[in-house]
Amino acid sequence: MLKTQELQVNIGPQHPSTHGVFRMLVTVDGETIIDLKPVFGYLHRNHEQLAEVNTYLQNMPYTDRLDYFNSMANNQAYAMAVEKLAGIEVPERAEYIRVMMAELTRILNHAAALGFLLQDMGSWGTQLLFGMREREKILDLFEMVSGARMMCNYFRFGGVVRDLTPEFIPNLKELLVGLPIFIDEMEALLRDNEILLHRAEGIGILPKEVALSYSVTGPVLRGSGVPYDIRKAEPYSLYDRFDFDVPVGAVGDVYDRFLVRVEEMRQSMRILEQCIQQLPEAQGGHINPKARQNVRPPVGDAYARIESPKGELGFYLVSDGSDKPYRYKVRAPSFINLTPLADMCRGYKVADVVVILGSIDIVMGEVDR
Amino acid sequence: MDNTTLLHRVQSAYPAAILASSEFRGELSLVLRPEALLDVAAFLRDEPELNYTFLENLCAVDYLGREPRFEVVYHLLSVNNSHRVCLKVGAAEEHPLVPSLTPLWPTANWQEREAFDLMGIQFSGHPALERILMPEDWIGHPQRKDVPLGYEEVAFTFNQEKIYAQKPFAKE
Repeated sequence: MLKTQELQVNIGPQHPSTHGVFRMLVTVDGETIIDLKPVFGYLHRNHEQLAEVNTYLQNMPYTDRLDYFNSMANNQAYAMAVEKLAGIEVPERAEYIRVMMAELTRILNHAAALGFLLQDMGSWGTQLLFGMREREKILDLFEMVSGARMMCNYFRFGGVVRDLTPEFIPNLKELLVGLPIFIDEMEALLRDNEILLHRAEGIGILPKEVALSYSVTGPVLRGSGVPYDIRKAEPYSLYDRFDFDVPVGAVGDVYDRFLVRVEEMRQSMRILEQCIQQLPEAQGGHINPKARQNVRPPVGDAYARIESPKGELGFYLVSDGSDKPYRYKVRAPSFINLTPLADMCRGYKVADVVVILGSIDIVMGEVDR
Repeated sequence: MDNTTLLHRVQSAYPAAILASSEFRGELSLVLRPEALLDVAAFLRDEPELNYTFLENLCAVDYLGREPRFEVVYHLLSVNNSHRVCLKVGAAEEHPLVPSLTPLWPTANWQEREAFDLMGIQFSGHPALERILMPEDWIGHPQRKDVPLGYEEVAFTFNQEKIYAQKPFAKE
């Protein structure tokens, strides 16, 4: 009678497939995962306490560094939280600009995330660069409006820091012409490749009930078949004006999460096209002229959230009436989505762990904060 | 579902549980007795009309100089009714103990560990309350308001030796 012995192995923290400095303490029986314990905090910089010694506006560039792929989405969530706390109105044109930036961020994030996911499956190089090529084009657009490519720091309380430059809309239209070709190509890379399909289908299944009890959000939740999108469920900004669909998966495996992200890029494109049509008629300027940037919100607390590309990004702010937040808490989607990782990996092989982690799409800057 | 109806529902089911309630920017906050937290949370989750099944956010706030000093804040969302309620529970400075919500929502596990790590709140009934972001051998809870903010002096060539002499480098 042959006996097997359990073995503890560390994957990471310095491993190319762990998306940053992230360690998984894996208990294996042969190649099969018995238990998994994520260990992180290597990038911890006490972001939340840092925010308590800065004024509200000084925190805006710090939010860029949370999830460094989606600086615009982080800016939006933080600006919305302060606006809710201080009761600041946002003009219509500013909201259109915000929506455009948020949707461009979503396309950018998914393009890169899908490239990384395919790279995690072992198809080295080409797929990642496909995604990165599209990401570069969007970063150029961000540079046009904000002057920075990644750390945009573009949002202000009551609007955005400056209006769109004249060349932005023509360039955006040009981007939207090329984007469907890229999305089709990206989808075909996984859909038409039998080896990759074997590594994605039926792997890392997250059932609906488990996903809900872990408060998972974003493409991971929708991949599990729950049609929950904050843009539809609780429309913030102007999302009630746009016509778009919420894609859902059937099983909740890696393949479904891939397809949900692909379809979300298409829906973001639809929103962008409607934005371009409606923008010329929008009222107001790029910022509310009455909004003070050195805000002193009344005593109280507020929680505001957006559908960031990775899930529900929320900011909980407590004000004591001064110009600095008394408490500043980030509800980071990467951190919460990582909670069911052990449940998703149990019973699969060591090689699948890397793919499952890639399909959750985490950024350690946000997990460790 | 609106705030007043919800407040009445909770008050009639658990008359002694609510210490205070307030409304700010259209959202309801309930300050609860710590011992009633689990019951009220389970009531909000399981009652078919209320259906607050989604624990959005969990965090601790340090009100230094106030009694009780700490407050643990829970944001519950009813996806069906699209309504949010904020539960708050106080914890004393001496022994900050709050019941854990992990039996009701597995998502509370890591968020409570974070609150323990950074703020030093103890959660009774938590399966494995250990540090999550800070190193395991760290002493203290860095997000408390009475922790001094340190800084490192920048080393230039003229003061490098003086600064490096005080730094805790690893011994050979």
